[in-house]
Amino acid sequence: MPWNLNSDRPIFLQIIDKIQIDIVSGFYQPGDKLPSVRELAQEASVNPNTMQKALSELERTGLVYSQRTSGRFITEDKDMIYALKEQRAQALAQHFLENMQRLGFQKEEIFRFLSQFLKAQ
Amino acid sequence: MILLECKNLTKKYGIRTALSHVNLLIEPGHIIGLLGPNGSGKTTLIKLIAGLLAPTEGMAYVEGNPVGLASKSLVSYLPDHTYLNSRMRVQDAIRLFEDFYQDFSSACAHDMLAKLDIDPSFRLKSLSKGAKEKVQLILAMSRQAKLYLLDEPIAGVDPAARDYILRMLISNYREDASILISTHLISDIENILDEVIFLQNGQIRAFTSVDGLRQKDHKSIDSIFREVFKC
Repeated sequence: MPWNLNSDRPIFLQIIDKIQIDIVSGFYQPGDKLPSVRELAQEASVNPNTMQKALSELERTGLVYSQRTSGRFITEDKDMIYALKEQRAQALAQHFLENMQRLGFQKEEIFRFLSQFLKAQ
Repeated sequence: MILLECKNLTKKYGIRTALSHVNLLIEPGHIIGLLGPNGSGKTTLIKLIAGLLAPTEGMAYVEGNPVGLASKSLVSYLPDHTYLNSRMRVQDAIRLFEDFYQDFSSACAHDMLAKLDIDPSFRLKSLSKGAKEKVQLILAMSRQAKLYLLDEPIAGVDPAARDYILRMLISNYREDASILISTHLISDIENILDEVIFLQNGQIRAFTSVDGLRQKDHKSIDSIFREVFKC
């Protein structure tokens, strides 16, 4: 997945987002080794210090752990990854709900609309 | 450890003050943007650090050495104009740099030339403006310096090559060296910066971390610049 960094949010937060999605979506499997800071920074065209900051933050939350000599790895805690997946889905659902309400839809209408939409897919 | 220190650095051209009492501390391991409107003193500051201008007052120090012979071996400077003899071939320029600088790697230079599709046997005058700029940047970056001073390094370069150059700067990143880049093309370059210096009327208006500023203002450095220096 390409790094689509936009300009109005801190870059390290966008890097965290991107790596979280890569983990949740299975692009990185539990226990996988992450590329080095330098490789990731080059791939994303960002400052290595910014990449380092994002990875430290991911480490702090436990999603990524580092082994002193061999690099950084994705957590093997599948429950933690699933919890993150739900958390991200919840945020998306919240966003969808707010936008639909802005269009004037009531909750029942949204539900009806969504089930019809899913059937048509 | 302090890589660069400017103490009370001042430069006057006749009665006009180009740089006024600048105090600055730069640590190793950073890529710093030097941003400011035309005439704000960016090139003057860079030339003072490179030792091409003598300060009217104050001094700059590189790893504790006042600007001079010792500091120049630690600083790689890319001017904002062409300075090489245009009848020279690219490979001659590389040999020249090899003779002048102990820390210059011609293998590294040839490798980058190949990636940017520049034939080393071409004469500089036969190259486009952008290609000439690329050659000069490659020469500057092929040194193992502690401080790289890049004055408008990507202005004449097409967007695709610009991306390559940015990646090249990142791949050359070292924890013991810093890069100071002066540019007007902020939006192209801001993702690779971790700190920015805003210069205005010869004074430092702000020296801050890029993500800190973006977090505080919810805007890109480019938009913040446009607001701060609105005409």
